[in-house]
Amino acid sequence: MAGVSVRQPLDRKAVRIPRGQLYIIPERCKGCRFCIDFCPRDVLVETTEMNAKGYHYPVVAEGKEDECIACQFCSILCPEFAIYTEETVEEESVE
Amino acid sequence: MPEILVEAHPIDAVFRTDRLPHIFCPGCGIGPTMHAYAQAILESGIPKDQHACVSGIGCTARVPGYMDVDSYHTTHGRSIPFALAIALVKPEMEVTVFSGDGDLFGIGGNHFIHAARRNVDINVICINNFNYGMTGGQAGPTLPLGAKATTAPYGNTEPPFNLPYLAAACGAVFVARWTALHVRQLKDAILRAMQKKGFTFIEVLSPCPVGFGSPNDIGDAIEEVWLYRERCVVNHDAYLPDLEIDLRRKDVPFVMGNFVDIDKAPFDPLAMMKNKGE
Repeated sequence: MAGVSVRQPLDRKAVRIPRGQLYIIPERCKGCRFCIDFCPRDVLVETTEMNAKGYHYPVVAEGKEDECIACQFCSILCPEFAIYTEETVEEESVE
Repeated sequence: MPEILVEAHPIDAVFRTDRLPHIFCPGCGIGPTMHAYAQAILESGIPKDQHACVSGIGCTARVPGYMDVDSYHTTHGRSIPFALAIALVKPEMEVTVFSGDGDLFGIGGNHFIHAARRNVDINVICINNFNYGMTGGQAGPTLPLGAKATTAPYGNTEPPFNLPYLAAACGAVFVARWTALHVRQLKDAILRAMQKKGFTFIEVLSPCPVGFGSPNDIGDAIEEVWLYRERCVVNHDAYLPDLEIDLRRKDVPFVMGNFVDIDKAPFDPLAMMKNKGE
């Protein structure tokens, strides 16, 4: 229908979605799956690789490379301090 | 961006990394609580050498061994008397007792109520996993009614402690309860406890996949955390006697929140003696 305007937030141009870089310490992971289950963007999956203790550590899922928003929930929830995220500096604005 | 594999974590500054990875079971709630405590140390603005971490005996009591602050691992149940002495002799120290429910309320119950009554300036973080995890999952003073444990194979018949209610009744100036999943709220509560003068108490409901989970048909840690996620409600103004945890009644939620936040003069016998002399 012509003439319908969708309401937009006033600061839409100014707001940028943060992008995160995931860092993983495979040797500390004990495979509890907290980060995988509770990631709000479902970025992580278990790898098929094993660490020295035989646990499958998390990795970024295929096709989800740009999904992490550096909320750091995995970092603070991980019982083994084996994962963290950092916000990357160069981001593109929201289209 | 794909992940990058590294060997160190930014929070490592507060840990003794040569002791990591720690001995706790996969999915144990002590890890997130340690992280929240470490984050609170960094954000508190108090230098690391003015923090002290004291514990008794048990799984949780191993935490000070991993913290890169002044720490002491005392005998069973006696963490609070030791912390009390540090708090009195070195008032500039930020003393935190990090111990489990069996240590603080089973063996050390009397120390807890009297330290709270005197309003000693210490922070108590109690990781409540509902059982004696390190010795093989025996029934502890917080095991919910009906729950099973090694020494309660037909279900517990003893009413458990309601820890926030107990702490508030004994006179704690800050009382909170969170779970190992509510890590951000837990960090804020620990930070608030560090800022407050007086006896502060934080109960952390923690998954215990081996000791508590397996006899109670909770498959693994993640299942117990999902249980918390589904049954927890936040109510800072909750009526404290209602905070009991009953696993059998699915309609009763687990209530979380910062329940008590009052101001009261902390225990300071030296100041009292000085005033008497004048």
